[in-house]
Amino acid sequence: MSHSVELDGIGMSFGATRAVSDVSFTVQPGEFFSILGPSGCGKTTILRMIAGFLEPTEGRVLIGNRDMRGLGPNQRPTAMIFQSLALFPLMPVWENIAFGLEARGVGRAERRKRADELLRLIALEGYGDRMPGELSGGQRQRVAIARALAVEPGVLLLDEPLSALDLKLRQHMRAELRALQKRTGVTFIYITHDQSEALAMSDRVAVMSAGLLQQVATPRELYDNPATPFVARFVGETNAVAGRISAIGDGMARVDTALGPLHGRAQGAVAIGQAATLYVRPEALVPGVGANTLRARVDRMDFEGAFALVHGQFPDGAALTAAVPSTRLGDAPAPGTDASFFFAPEHAVVLADA
Amino acid sequence: MRDLYARFGGGLATVFLSLVLIWLAAMVLAPNLMMIDYALRPNLPPAELGGPRDVWSLDNVLYLANEGVHRAIFLKTIWASALVAALTLVVCYPIAFWMAQRATPGQLSIALMLVIIPFFINEVLRTLAWFILLAYRGPLNAVLQGIGLIDAPIRWQGDGGVLAGMVYAYILFMLLPIYNAIESLDKSQLEAARDLGSPTWRTHWRVVIPHAKAGIATGCVFTFMLAAGSYVAPALLGSPGSRWFTEIIYNWFFEGGDWNRGAAYALTLLVLCLAVVLVTLRVFRVNLTDVAK
Repeated sequence: MSHSVELDGIGMSFGATRAVSDVSFTVQPGEFFSILGPSGCGKTTILRMIAGFLEPTEGRVLIGNRDMRGLGPNQRPTAMIFQSLALFPLMPVWENIAFGLEARGVGRAERRKRADELLRLIALEGYGDRMPGELSGGQRQRVAIARALAVEPGVLLLDEPLSALDLKLRQHMRAELRALQKRTGVTFIYITHDQSEALAMSDRVAVMSAGLLQQVATPRELYDNPATPFVARFVGETNAVAGRISAIGDGMARVDTALGPLHGRAQGAVAIGQAATLYVRPEALVPGVGANTLRARVDRMDFEGAFALVHGQFPDGAALTAAVPSTRLGDAPAPGTDASFFFAPEHAVVLADA
Repeated sequence: MRDLYARFGGGLATVFLSLVLIWLAAMVLAPNLMMIDYALRPNLPPAELGGPRDVWSLDNVLYLANEGVHRAIFLKTIWASALVAALTLVVCYPIAFWMAQRATPGQLSIALMLVIIPFFINEVLRTLAWFILLAYRGPLNAVLQGIGLIDAPIRWQGDGGVLAGMVYAYILFMLLPIYNAIESLDKSQLEAARDLGSPTWRTHWRVVIPHAKAGIATGCVFTFMLAAGSYVAPALLGSPGSRWFTEIIYNWFFEGGDWNRGAAYALTLLVLCLAVVLVTLRVFRVNLTDVAK
C-alpha cells in the first residue's frame, strides 16, 4: 500500500526565520522521490512537516489525498528513517524491528514472526537476537529500514540515512535501497545534499535552495535542462560564462561574452539585451577549435581514472573545468599552456541571470 | 594509580596516596571497627571492663530482635525509607525528563537554580521551614481552610510530615542522577518511538527508563540511604507515633547511656541498608561502579 504525498503551498517560519516558503509538489504513489539541496535549504524541515513533527505555518500536507493537519507523527501513514538511525540500543534487533507492532498491541509471537520475515527481506536472517551495537554500519542501516517497514507505512521518509557510511558501502546501499523500494512499492521520500545520490536513485528530484523550490524533474532533465542558475551550478559540475543575449531564434540563444559570442539552448524566459549566463558541462568540452570556442590557461590536470579533469582559468579569472576521456588523453592540453575547447550549442544552456 | 605517579611524580603521588589511606583507615575503617567492637560487648560498669563478663556476644542485636516496639520501628524505618525513595522518584522523574529533553537552555538554568539554591541552606533550617509550614496553626492549614477545602486544621506532623520533609530534602540527590542519565538520550530515539506509533507511556517504559536505569537506581540508593539515616526530619516533623529508628539509636547513646546497644542498633541499620541497596542494584542489573559515576 503506497500513498501519494502532496504539498500545497507549504511554508514554515521559526520566529523571524523563514525556513521554507511556498513549496508545492506532488509525489506519486510508489515513486522514489528525492529532495536535494545544500544544508540549511529547508529540506529537513519539509520532511519533518510531512512526518508530522512540525506543523507548517502555511499551506497543507496531503497524504493519500487526506489533509494531515493536526495529526501527529504517530497518526500519519508515514515512517521515518533518521539520520542517526535512532535504533534503540538496549533492545535486541528483532524487538527494534517489531517496536511499531508492539505499540499497536500485536502479540509477542506474531511480532517475532513479522520481525523474522523482515529480517529475511533485508538479508539479515538469524540476526534477530543480536543487539544493534553488535552490527556493522550497513547492517544497522538495514535494520532501521526494516523497523520502518514493519508498520507498513504508505510513505517512507529518509533523512540522509547514508551520510554516516563510507563511500563503498554508501554506493552499495544506494542500489539496495533502490531495489527495496521497487520490491515493496512504498513511496520513498529521500533527503540528501549529495547530488550523485539523488541522481542515481530517484525517479524524480526536487531541488531546494534557501527555503525555495527550484525545480522538480527527473534526474536526466535536471542535468540537461536546469531551470534556474542555482540548479545549473548545484547539480553536477558546470562552466558558467556570463554575458548578454544578442540573438534568439529556434530555441537557441546567442550570448555575447568576454570570450566572444557563444551559442546555447535558450531555457526559460529570455529576451534580447538581458544579462544571461551560458552553462556548459565539463564533458561537453572538446579540446580544439570549433563554432563555440573557449580559450583558457590550463593550470593542472587531475587524472581520475575514466577521465581526466583539466582545470584552467579564463582571461577574466573565472574557472574552467573540462573532462577529457582517458581514451583521448593525447588530445588534452599540457598544464601551463593556453588552450582552446569547443562545444556543440545543443550541449550548452543559456539562462537569464536571476 | 600509575596515572597518578606519571602525573605528579613519585614524591607527591606517595603523599596523596598515603593521605587517602590515612583518611580511609582513621575516618572510615577505625570508627566502624570500634562500633562493631562496641556492638558485640555488653554494657558494663567501668569496674568490670576487661573482666570475665566482658566477652563478645550477639546479645545487643538479639535485644533488638526481641524488643517488639524497637523492631517495629526498625522495620517501619526501612520500608518508609523505601517509600521516600519511591515518592522522590515519582516527583523527580518528570522534572528530570523535562529538564533533560524538553527545556530550553534558559528554562533549564532557571530550573537548576530553583532546585539547587535551597540546598545552600542548612538541612536543619530547611526542615524547620517545613515545620513552620505544616504547623497546626501554620500557613498550609490557613490556606486550605481559607479556600474552603478543609473545615478544621489538620495535624500534618507525623508520618505525612516526615515523608514530605524527606522527599523535599532529598530531591537533588534523585534529580541530578536521573537528569544526567536522560540528558544523554538521543532525542531522535524519542521521535522514532513516537513516529512508530508508540504512546508516551510506552516510550518512557521501553526507551527512556531503560536508558536512565543506572541514574534511577543511583538516585533511589542515595535517597534510601539518606532517608534511613535521617535524624532531623523525623525529629522535627514527626510525632510520638512516627518515631524513626535513628531516634532510638540516639536515645541509647545519649539518654540511655548504653553505647553498646546503640552501636548494635546502628550496625544493624547499616547492614540492612547495605543489603537492601545491593539487592536493589542486583534486581535492576546495575553495577556499583555505575552508581559511583
